[in-house]
Amino acid sequence: MSAEKPTMSKTPELSHHPLELTDDFAAGEANFIQVRDFKFFYGEKEALHGINLTIPSRKVTAFIGPSGCGKSTLLRNFNRMNELIPGVRHEGDISIHGTSIYDPSVEIIALRRRIGMVFQKSNPFPMSIYENIVYPLRITGEKNRSVLDVTVERSLRSAALWDEVKDRLHESALGLSGGQMQRLCIARAVANSPEILLMDEPCSALDPIATAKVEELITELKRDFTIVIVTHNMQQASRVSELTAFFYLGNLIEFDDTQKIFTNPANKQTEEYITGRFG
Amino acid sequence: MNLRASAPKNFFTLHGKGTPPIRLIRNGALTTLCIALSLLTLVPLFSIIMLVVKNGFPLLSFSLFTQLPPPPGLEEGGFGNAIIGTFLMVGIALLLAVPIGILAAIYITEYAPASRVSVAVRFVAKLLTGVPSIICGVFAFAVVVMTTRQFSALAGGIALSILILPTILLTAEQALLGVPNAYREASFGLGATPLQTIFRIVVPDAMPAIMTGVMLAVARAAGETAPVLFTALFSQNWIHSIMEPTASLSALIYNFSTLPYAYQVKMAWSASLILVALVTISNVCTQLFFSPKHR
Repeated sequence: MSAEKPTMSKTPELSHHPLELTDDFAAGEANFIQVRDFKFFYGEKEALHGINLTIPSRKVTAFIGPSGCGKSTLLRNFNRMNELIPGVRHEGDISIHGTSIYDPSVEIIALRRRIGMVFQKSNPFPMSIYENIVYPLRITGEKNRSVLDVTVERSLRSAALWDEVKDRLHESALGLSGGQMQRLCIARAVANSPEILLMDEPCSALDPIATAKVEELITELKRDFTIVIVTHNMQQASRVSELTAFFYLGNLIEFDDTQKIFTNPANKQTEEYITGRFG
Repeated sequence: MNLRASAPKNFFTLHGKGTPPIRLIRNGALTTLCIALSLLTLVPLFSIIMLVVKNGFPLLSFSLFTQLPPPPGLEEGGFGNAIIGTFLMVGIALLLAVPIGILAAIYITEYAPASRVSVAVRFVAKLLTGVPSIICGVFAFAVVVMTTRQFSALAGGIALSILILPTILLTAEQALLGVPNAYREASFGLGATPLQTIFRIVVPDAMPAIMTGVMLAVARAAGETAPVLFTALFSQNWIHSIMEPTASLSALIYNFSTLPYAYQVKMAWSASLILVALVTISNVCTQLFFSPKHR
């Protein structure tokens, strides 16, 4: 880990385009996100039992497992979204770029600006398409019209939505179709040029055509972002991801190349799950 | 292979002979009853409006808005001071109750929904909605009028603000609770602070519903008589400061309608008409202005 890496406490620079990456970042990091002995509790209930996991940069990592296995819980800890729920606590540590996200110097706001998140149910704000995309910039105080315009076009292009909405940027985002809304949320999530994109079952409410578009998009986006995706759809995991982690009952059962997990899993539980014998 | 040309016998019927007539009759009767009762709720509203228009319209003139109430027996003048007084006292009431009510609602929904303070505030607000308006008047009389030794528009405004505060708070709370949590989650996920999330996303989305509560409060405050009689009393003159007895439409209606002079009684009807019209106009304007833009 090099010393000149930006720490998580710095506010994101808007000029930082994901394609203009620093050399060491472009080269990729094998241990970009590190999870160490991570336990997570909702009140008394222990949802994660000591997870150890290392996620490389600029790859797609899929989290699979049956409902309630803790995969979403872990994902939502990467940007500390779980802390919005009262009565939660954690043990262990998660670090990104070698910096603990729980370090007192870390500003939670800056952390979340560095990490884009796409939710299961698309959640555009009840505003225009344009205002949805520029919201992450507006909250950082960006007022320059040309910066906002450029960001809107770039974000919508990277979410493969530009051609569909370029003539109605100032119409309500709630008038879009379900698949368009989810791609709008992806565009909004990448508007601030984060490094990591967390996707929590992004296609579970979409039809197969919209799902295919989002999956295609994920494959495009991994050139610029480190993507972690939670999915219930195992075909999806095998299609879009390079690495797959299988969770069961709050434990990480197996983590390996997607190819290996789906063709020759080392663990019997993994094999039973991916072949559909339980879950 | 057995291909059926039609559904098996009695497949689509429960009694063997279509929908029984008794069910059609019951269905028709209940539908008719529902329609009739819905129309019945319109009767009192329209009777009131028609009565007020019928009796209030003949005397309606521009001078009603620009002149002062006549001494008993004289058949001239208007109640411009009462219109201003009503605007003033409702304005003072809103100035006090709207910020307090909305900010308290934000606290109990967004910041600490389960805290003891929030539970207490919610409970007290619900109790306060049941307090008779005359009690608000007596309270403001004891606290404001007695200490300032003066009937005043300020005391009237304070009495009305106590009256409408729980309405504003509770409707604002419901409005904020109606904002989907997905919006909050999306905003926090993009790195917004709680303040940004509340004032850029949550409150704007809740605004139409919050304003509905405020308009309910305006209608109530403008029409209440008891609280202003105890606190602002009445005045035959134009208002010069908020620290003097002040006329209001509701107090004028109460005073004039009981006088033995036909002209004053007619003025009371006209004042009723203007009061209803003002409340309706402000209501419609608010709805136009705060209607949801993106739905």
